[in-house]
Amino acid sequence: MNDARIGSSGPKFDLRSSGRGALRAWVVRHLQSFFFSLGLMAKAPGSSLMTAGVLGVALALPGAVYLILDNLTGMTGQWDARNQISIFLTDDMGDEAARQLAVGLAKWPEIARIEVTSKADALAEYRRMSGFDDILDAFEGANPLPAVLSVEPGARYQDPATVEALSASLERLPEVDVARFDLRWLRRFEGIVEIVRRGVYLLATLLALGVVLIVSNTVRLGVENRREEIEIARLFGATDAFIRRPFLYGGLLFGFSGGCLAWIILAAAFGALAPSVARLVALYDGTYRLAGLDVRMTLILLGGGAFLGLLGAWITLGRHLQAVEPS
Amino acid sequence: MIQFHNVTKIYRGGVEALRDVSTQIASGEMVFLTGHSGAGKSTVLRLTTLMERCSRGHIVIGGHNLARIAARKVPFFRRHIGVVFQDHRLLRDRTVFDNVALPLVVAGYTHLEIARRVRAALDKVGLLGKERQFPILLSGGEQQRVGIARAVVHKPPVLLADEPTGNLDPELSREIMSLFGQFNQVGVTVLVATHDVELLRHFGYRVLALNRGELVNAREPLP
Repeated sequence: MNDARIGSSGPKFDLRSSGRGALRAWVVRHLQSFFFSLGLMAKAPGSSLMTAGVLGVALALPGAVYLILDNLTGMTGQWDARNQISIFLTDDMGDEAARQLAVGLAKWPEIARIEVTSKADALAEYRRMSGFDDILDAFEGANPLPAVLSVEPGARYQDPATVEALSASLERLPEVDVARFDLRWLRRFEGIVEIVRRGVYLLATLLALGVVLIVSNTVRLGVENRREEIEIARLFGATDAFIRRPFLYGGLLFGFSGGCLAWIILAAAFGALAPSVARLVALYDGTYRLAGLDVRMTLILLGGGAFLGLLGAWITLGRHLQAVEPS
Repeated sequence: MIQFHNVTKIYRGGVEALRDVSTQIASGEMVFLTGHSGAGKSTVLRLTTLMERCSRGHIVIGGHNLARIAARKVPFFRRHIGVVFQDHRLLRDRTVFDNVALPLVVAGYTHLEIARRVRAALDKVGLLGKERQFPILLSGGEQQRVGIARAVVHKPPVLLADEPTGNLDPELSREIMSLFGQFNQVGVTVLVATHDVELLRHFGYRVLALNRGELVNAREPLP
């Protein structure tokens, strides 16, 4: 008290954030938080795995439906390629006239390929396919069948509405009797696919919300469990960012591991399905191969999982950390 | 170093914890803060660490008017103050080393610097061999010394202690208190809240006595 050391007010406190090697320190701080969060997860492997498992299933569900949808549209893509319009010409059109019409039509931009089936070929095919040889014989050499042009729309003109319009304009030509393509089942199928697609989006939105809620609840419990630590750290000068960081990384890691698990679940499920699908496709003489997880889907699962986890942590920290003031 | 100017603190609900308190603690001084429980000792400490803000008057610490320190600056202010609690408030799932390191980790020191300073602080309180142990295995006196090491590891110019000897026997209490005296010797401003009259007599530092939120005999040390 009666000491020369004692000054009246002493040095002024420096309240600036210390810039100790700013960028490097920033990286070090983040690495510290990252490994700290990883360490916390590793300390309780059982409950961490359970949380990641729940997230994995939640992410795998929309992923699975999406992949199924992807495969269905892939298959219709194959059918679309055979999406031909058959043009039955009027009776008076001979084979030569048919060929000339085909040359003219081939110049239309919507038409990718055009194939002529002569009256004779049509008759031969009909004989082969139908087995009504006797009836045809009754025509005594006269061929009752018209020449047929098979028109294949170009790749950019494959959707049902365009094909229908093309078919209608072909039918308006004077040389054409009837133009036909099987529109109705394609339309119906498209309708079903559209409903399923919207269902997937809805399901994905709901389950993404589920992921956010699960992570935010996990993080909230983490905040509760470490209340004492947070209070002490605050009292010794921890900034909000310092306290939030490990929890944010925790959410990110939970989301990411959920995404990884979802990937594994989907890969395993589609791996198990692929041989059966291949067998079925072989029975239909098809070449279709089941589309599995591509790079895009992998990125969506992992990145989406990590993002949703981060979001969940972010939301809950905003609401709960303020309540943890030192006392 | 610490100046209270006509400070009044009224908690929500109208409880008046401090009434018109004015006092000064010089840089490098060691002062006891005493009074019955509920007299306002804890409130003084809470105001000093910016856990609370005063209702009237103003407080100047380290050249800063606390009322003017924005919320986002509060962490940086607290890094200049070390706090020791009656119940230690050590983290049970961390080793002694990690507990003491906390203020340094919070302030972003490097690993090497942390190791060096933590060992120095533990050495100072005589616990260098126990850095790998968990607090629960230590005696009450040892736990409190870990708490003190944590409070001084970042070399704060101000050290606050809230009933640091509350749960200790007289001999240990004197030991702990002379530890505070040692930090004071090297220039740290120390404020110790205690109701242990024996200690006040034994050490003879200046005493600030609170009674129902008012400062009494603020100047004189106890006889």
